[in-house]
Amino acid sequence: MTDILQLLVAGLATGGIYALVAVGFTLLWQTSQTINFAQGEFVMLPAFFVLIGMGYFGLAFWPAVALGGAASVVVLGLAFKKLMVDPMIRHGVLPLVIATIGLAILMKEAVREFWGADAWPFPALGATTDVTVFGAVFAVQSLLILAICIAVVVALQLFLGGTLTGRCMQATAQNPTVARLLGIRVERMILYTFLINGALVTVASLLITPIYLAKFTNGEWLGLYAFIAAIIGGFNQARGAIAGGLLLGVVDNFAAAYISSQYRTAIPLLILIVVILFRPQGMFGRIEERTV
Amino acid sequence: MRRSKFVLAFATLMLLSGAAGADVKFAYVGEISGSIAVSGGNFRDGIILAVEEINAKGGILKEKIALTLYDTQTNPGVARSQMQKAIDGDPYVILGPIFSGNVKVTMQMVRQAEIPDFIGGEAAELTTLGSPYLFRTSFGQQIGMPKIANYIRDELKAKTIALIWVNNDFGKGGRDRLIKELTARNIKLVADVSTESGQVDFAADVVKLKAANADAVFVYSNEEECARIMREARKQGLKGPFVGDTTLLSQKTIELAADAANGVVGHVGLTADAPIPAVTQFAQRFQKRFNYKPDHNGIKGYTAVYAVKYVTEKKLGKFDRKGFAKTMHGLTITPQDEPGILMETTWDGTGEIDRISFLAEVINGKQNISKVLPKLGK
Amino acid sequence: MRRSRSVLAGGVLVLAAAFLVFAPLGLKPYGIFILSMWAVMTIAAIGLNLTLGYAGQISLAQAAFVGIGAYLTAYLTTKGWPFWSTYVFGGASCFAIGWLLGYPALRVQHHYLAFVTLAFNTLVYLIFRNEEWLTGGIYGISNVPRPSVLGWSMNGAREFYYFCLAHLVLVSAATWGLIRSPWGLAFVALRENPIRALSLGVDTRRYTLMAFALGAALGGVSGALYAPLVQFIDPTPFALGLSLNLLLMVVLGGSGYFFGPFLGAIVAVLLPEWLRFTQGFYLMGYAVLVMIMMAFSPSGLLGLADRLTRLAPRSAAGAVGESPAAAARSEGAG
Repeated sequence: MTDILQLLVAGLATGGIYALVAVGFTLLWQTSQTINFAQGEFVMLPAFFVLIGMGYFGLAFWPAVALGGAASVVVLGLAFKKLMVDPMIRHGVLPLVIATIGLAILMKEAVREFWGADAWPFPALGATTDVTVFGAVFAVQSLLILAICIAVVVALQLFLGGTLTGRCMQATAQNPTVARLLGIRVERMILYTFLINGALVTVASLLITPIYLAKFTNGEWLGLYAFIAAIIGGFNQARGAIAGGLLLGVVDNFAAAYISSQYRTAIPLLILIVVILFRPQGMFGRIEERTV
Repeated sequence: MRRSKFVLAFATLMLLSGAAGADVKFAYVGEISGSIAVSGGNFRDGIILAVEEINAKGGILKEKIALTLYDTQTNPGVARSQMQKAIDGDPYVILGPIFSGNVKVTMQMVRQAEIPDFIGGEAAELTTLGSPYLFRTSFGQQIGMPKIANYIRDELKAKTIALIWVNNDFGKGGRDRLIKELTARNIKLVADVSTESGQVDFAADVVKLKAANADAVFVYSNEEECARIMREARKQGLKGPFVGDTTLLSQKTIELAADAANGVVGHVGLTADAPIPAVTQFAQRFQKRFNYKPDHNGIKGYTAVYAVKYVTEKKLGKFDRKGFAKTMHGLTITPQDEPGILMETTWDGTGEIDRISFLAEVINGKQNISKVLPKLGK
Repeated sequence: MRRSRSVLAGGVLVLAAAFLVFAPLGLKPYGIFILSMWAVMTIAAIGLNLTLGYAGQISLAQAAFVGIGAYLTAYLTTKGWPFWSTYVFGGASCFAIGWLLGYPALRVQHHYLAFVTLAFNTLVYLIFRNEEWLTGGIYGISNVPRPSVLGWSMNGAREFYYFCLAHLVLVSAATWGLIRSPWGLAFVALRENPIRALSLGVDTRRYTLMAFALGAALGGVSGALYAPLVQFIDPTPFALGLSLNLLLMVVLGGSGYFFGPFLGAIVAVLLPEWLRFTQGFYLMGYAVLVMIMMAFSPSGLLGLADRLTRLAPRSAAGAVGESPAAAARSEGAG
């Protein structure tokens, strides 16, 4: 029983991170038809900005986090949009997909070349101790991760649903043409989406890098799992991405523990295939109409 | 008078230019990038240190060593093409690869080209495939695993083992070998957890290890994964003792795992912390030259180059690749013969190596040698 | 003007053909090996070009098909089967698997297909890696023999290169024939405007499946040549990385252009070897090149060459940027 509880909490913690990354991914798709194949690398990078802050600029941890976070939002949000997405989106979806594949390679190789191929330790946000509840040992870190993910997601939902800007962003996502007619500054809303994605990946990076250790290959599997979470949850609903992420984290952990460990990574992939073939709109998504 | 002086000067010039032009070519085909770049980099730097030292003293048989580096990217396809490139350059000896999969894919080519190859790979089967040109620089798993199985039986007195291993050539080879040795000693394997190379999330795997409730946990993976496994294990309160072979106790693992590595025990074939003055001095020279502490791969590369020097100069007197290979089989080199070999080393007819080795424990972030294990042969 | 363009293209082709035939005489085994690898990868890229460039379907599963072909060949030839049977078998199996995979998968929208094929590729890789009884697992299959043709052994580097080159020529000729045939026009119609094609009575589903399965079959043939080239097969080369690489090859060269895969494979296979001294910078440069191409010339290098050598500008259309087929049509036949 304690095993199941522990697996559940560990799964929810990792799932929370998948959820953050998947939400960002979904937001980009909804508002600007951007499929960001480099989303995993986006999560890998902020940690390195923080390490640079600590290493080269000699900052303490939290100032480095502030600096790294700001740099991430600017580079992964603003620069990404202005320099990559805007010039390419007029050519259609595929060129942008290819370009983000290229971007993923570029980010990986740049980190490997300029920082190094080794893994680096990364300071944890909270204590690295345990707490025992009902005889099951939980890492404080896992609980902290889960709490932060929930907090961020709730904040995001409140923002999107409760504020004027948030509702304008939703309108832009649902129907940009009508939104423009209503006087919503669509371009600016799209920019906000990119900035929010930049912030989300930064939070995910800070949460996951202490466990994964900072390494240039961190983005590979993380990106894939984020895509799967987004699709399982429903590619056109942020809520779906959250559910998808949590579900994926839990399923992955249980599959690894109770089904073959050699085929551990097959389970999420099989779920993905089944979902796409039989329910492409995912758990919460709406069926996408075809524009003629 | 003037003419003979001229002839003398001319002859000297010819000799000098001839001597300067004649270099003996060494090729390093190794994992400079890719998943085991740390090991490949260490091996390479060990080679470079040895080459620089030897060249400073005049080279081998008065010829300087010209070293060319080729990167396999820890990818068998690339390894094959890079090895072909290296062979095209007609080297005297080849050093590397370290990644066992890369050794396998290049073995045939090297054998056909009849070039001696000092590999870093430790997978057991490499010396069973019958190449007369293959020489190890560290134990195969078939030498290391019996030693550690004995330790588990005699010192730890464990009756059950939970094993976590990385699913590649190296990990699977070690696992297969270990299971054989444990079974022969009536020790039961109660958990057999395979992990992916490059895996980052070990939560579920540690849960499985905990559920097994074994007397001891054996961790057999690459340095980074060992570190992540130890951290996760401590996080979840998995009780040891934790045993491993070389990688679990290496410098990089200790660095990455920090406190989580303390208390880990295991067998190390080669280590910069060995209580042998020659090794300690080598480690200091290495640290000075490259600004980091060498791991076992650095020692492997270093000793390989000196082995080549010794055999070529003292045993052959000339550059003869076929003769070199023949001489190596059954050869023992002592530090008296050649200080650069650091520890007495014997190669058998299959290229397998025999040396003393060590049992170690990680105490306070440092590897501590607790016992010296004798060579299997003597 | 059109005539001089054809002359230019023809001249380039002749030069390239001469190089391919005569260069190995002056190259060392390493250089010949790399050229052989280029030929093998081009075959796989031609397959993907059929699927992506002509039928407009994003497939990230091509590496899996190359792997299936490679493993089949390695397994069978090490058991003594003759080589010609293995690649017929490999090609046919991949065609069948491609058809079976495509049947449900092609119902979904393009970006979803990318994910389905991505998942398929990774699953196939896992099977290669885990099923030791069948594939040798992580240890792979060693000592894959090279074939002999009519008693003439292909063991040497040079001989095997010409063997690969011959296959490349055969595959190219077959593909050329296919594209010029009514099938080929149907493929292009599918890509340009599937709804219109449907309304004109083209069985879009059948043709899409056909393109996808043919692309897969070519992947299998490529794998069948890859096995005796490298002579050791393990799962590592057939992971997602190769699929992405092949995709980049096709897009960079110019998807939908006949010679796109050739050019793309040169950039992806030959260039890294020549530039290997730059190491990580090469990969970064490659990535930047891809990104810049996508921004300014989504129809790849050949699309760029197309535009530069033409008088009047064309409007953008087609799967990736400008459609070469549409342009050819409006230019007149030939």
